[in-house]
Amino acid sequence: MVDTTIYSARKIITMNPARPTVSHVAVRDGKILAAGDLSELETWGDYKLDETFADKVLMPGLVEGHAHTMEGTLWRYVYCGFFDRGDPNGKIWDGLQTIEAILGRLKEAEVQIDDPEAPLSGWSLDPIYMDNTRVTRADLDSVSATRPIGVLHASGHILNVNTKALELGGLMKTGINHPGIPLGADGYPTGELYGPETMTPVGVHVGFNRSLTDSDDQGLRDFAKLCVRTGVTTITDLAARLDDEGVEAMLSVTGEYDYPARVVPLQFFMGATPKETVDKVVGLKTRATDRLRLGRIKAVADGSIQGFSARMRWPGYHNGAPNGLWYTAPEQLAELYRLALAAGIQVHTHTNGDEATEMVLETLAPALKDMPSPNHRFTLQHCQLADAAQFRKMKELNMCVNLFANHHFYWGDEHYRLTVGPERALRMNACRTALETGVPMAIHSDAPVTPLGPFFTAWSAVNRLTASGRTQGEHEKIGVEAALYAITLGAAYTLHLDDEIGSIEVGKNADFAVLEDDPTEIGGDYLKDVRVWGTVQGGRIFAVSKL
Amino acid sequence: MTPPLSVTVIGGYLGSGKTTLVNHLLRNANGLRLAILVNEFGELAIDEDLIEAEDDDIISIAGGCVCCSFGSDLTGALLDMAKLDPQPDHVLIESSGVAIPSAIAGSVSLLNGFCTDGIVILADAETIQSSARDKYMGDTVLRQLNDANIIVLNKTDLVNEAHLAETKRWVGQQTGGVRIIESSHSIVAPQVVLGSFLVQQTLGVPHFEASDLEMMTVTLREPVHVENLAKKLAGDDLGLIRAKGFVTSLTGKKTLIQVVGRRWETSLAPDSTLNGIVCLGFKRLISKHNIEKIGNVAS
Repeated sequence: MVDTTIYSARKIITMNPARPTVSHVAVRDGKILAAGDLSELETWGDYKLDETFADKVLMPGLVEGHAHTMEGTLWRYVYCGFFDRGDPNGKIWDGLQTIEAILGRLKEAEVQIDDPEAPLSGWSLDPIYMDNTRVTRADLDSVSATRPIGVLHASGHILNVNTKALELGGLMKTGINHPGIPLGADGYPTGELYGPETMTPVGVHVGFNRSLTDSDDQGLRDFAKLCVRTGVTTITDLAARLDDEGVEAMLSVTGEYDYPARVVPLQFFMGATPKETVDKVVGLKTRATDRLRLGRIKAVADGSIQGFSARMRWPGYHNGAPNGLWYTAPEQLAELYRLALAAGIQVHTHTNGDEATEMVLETLAPALKDMPSPNHRFTLQHCQLADAAQFRKMKELNMCVNLFANHHFYWGDEHYRLTVGPERALRMNACRTALETGVPMAIHSDAPVTPLGPFFTAWSAVNRLTASGRTQGEHEKIGVEAALYAITLGAAYTLHLDDEIGSIEVGKNADFAVLEDDPTEIGGDYLKDVRVWGTVQGGRIFAVSKL
Repeated sequence: MTPPLSVTVIGGYLGSGKTTLVNHLLRNANGLRLAILVNEFGELAIDEDLIEAEDDDIISIAGGCVCCSFGSDLTGALLDMAKLDPQPDHVLIESSGVAIPSAIAGSVSLLNGFCTDGIVILADAETIQSSARDKYMGDTVLRQLNDANIIVLNKTDLVNEAHLAETKRWVGQQTGGVRIIESSHSIVAPQVVLGSFLVQQTLGVPHFEASDLEMMTVTLREPVHVENLAKKLAGDDLGLIRAKGFVTSLTGKKTLIQVVGRRWETSLAPDSTLNGIVCLGFKRLISKHNIEKIGNVAS
């Protein structure tokens, strides 16, 4: 007995140019049987008509091409960010605009903890929005002097701790001479710790342990809840360690009958040779399931622009900071690319500065000559500073790009003023240039660095507004249609999944974002405000209200 | 109280011979229990015959040495090393080809129970100058050289004398005259790389007779101005590469002096220690007489 459900909707945006909007979609076995009007769909035989979405707008399930499952775990800590942000359970946490407000929220959380020794952890602090006023250990001591406290910054690269935490980490002493540990007038650390090497000894005492980037079972489930809330049905975990235990856990959790998202974890190229990494991923690929798409690699070429660790071409940083750091040598990347191309494994490479982008382009070119692979779809992740010539090279090499559109809103003002200066700030995350050059493009949130929410990301690419409300880079704005493509088929393409997801047409997975508002009608200015009712993933319905 | 665990950082760009050096040190550990931390396990390629046992995280090596990879968590790996029983005598970090060694040493200095034993940078005599001009890696290579307390100019067998002399001159110029040891196939007296070898009394003088290095112990019985002495030992004139040992300060306190190239530090030591500084230097320059003379001036 064939089981077909036909859903009616106010409007179905298909992303299929042959029939851009339809009124009905038929689903069978978790796949799209047909999209069209009811009379067309009825020709497939018996069906059940489901009118749940009769007043909703459907579009293809959204695809987030660069995020980290850690977002799910972090929500167990106290949110200390400047902007309002929704947690997995739907609570909207107000943004905190002053240090007093942050300390207040931490105090509220502190009194809830019974165990006097237990740490108190917060996350998403960003002093940039508070006139760069630094949080000190004395501030955090006012929350508790006896319990270790740590608050992670939004960037993930700075940790603020209290005196007790410094004591436990052995850093509450004078005479420290380290660029990552600023000292106060009294010669003791101020409580700000920069970089993983300074964060780790103290971090373990304040709840930020060594495997911070690994998500546990609960974190993975919470992460998926955020997906439903934001219309996402396929999402990446862009730098996973993927040890045996982690893979088992991910297979098990994503395999739960009601797990609502398809997770694409990329093996982090770190701590193993290119050959070991490629061999491992070839093995992992055979274990992939529909909801856990193992079999891809993420490499990191440089650091971050706001951390001044990105590798910049001349003339370097606007404020004169020395050039940043390489995280992987060109020789290692060259070997990785060759082996991965030979094995048919895709590699995504993080580059932030334009010198890092240049290095990757120059390294991939000869590898492709040795190992021609027209459909490799190797993708540059972030690639924030690429100029037009670099996009042309990407095109020549058949590369894809996933631009960090959200960054523009959150740190655009800093880039203009401090890191790269006006001219280069205007071209950052050059969506229009990418598209006009013909480089397949996605846009991303890098959650938890910025909040997960493809409609916000699309809004960022359409409007290019910074947090202070300036339009930065009028020329690089893209239209709503292009932005919606980027968060569906565009992102799917960078993952070799555009044949399965990203549009509503026959044969594809029945993955839908179910919306209260029509993103093509609401207007570019309001794209971020599109209300999400929930998702359909593989034909299964997930309502936000029932999470 | 257990003395802090000494940590040497070995750096240098890809292909400079770091892995070969590690194997050489393991082969010549002479009873010293070394713990080797490498960025990536696969890169290490420990010689098969040295390996006693192997699991995911740690390789056990003949003579009580161990080796493990730290990936992105150096601090965690160091803390693990400190928990080993028995504790290793010395930790050696092989940093990745693109790492900034001073950043690694800085991180080590933050950890209680550890002390840094200097930064030794390997440079490939044949390619170092072209690496330093590389469009992408040039500044990283130069930063690595400038972080060095001691530079091992390796693969000297691959270049002719004129090239070697020119390279040495160039390295000296780039680094403002850091101590340079020549080697081929990473064969270096272990004392150059690891200060712990200096004070292992059982080890005696370096057994690399062919080397241009010499080791001697100088005993200063009179109290000395510790800092002046340390500064002089680290000066260029005496030709010392490393020095480590105990003296009595002008206020009568037993003091440990440690010199690595031009870097020196002093710290208080237990009263029961015997005076004596083990010095490693260039054979053509080092002189017991000169060192003692400086000791007398400082006293």
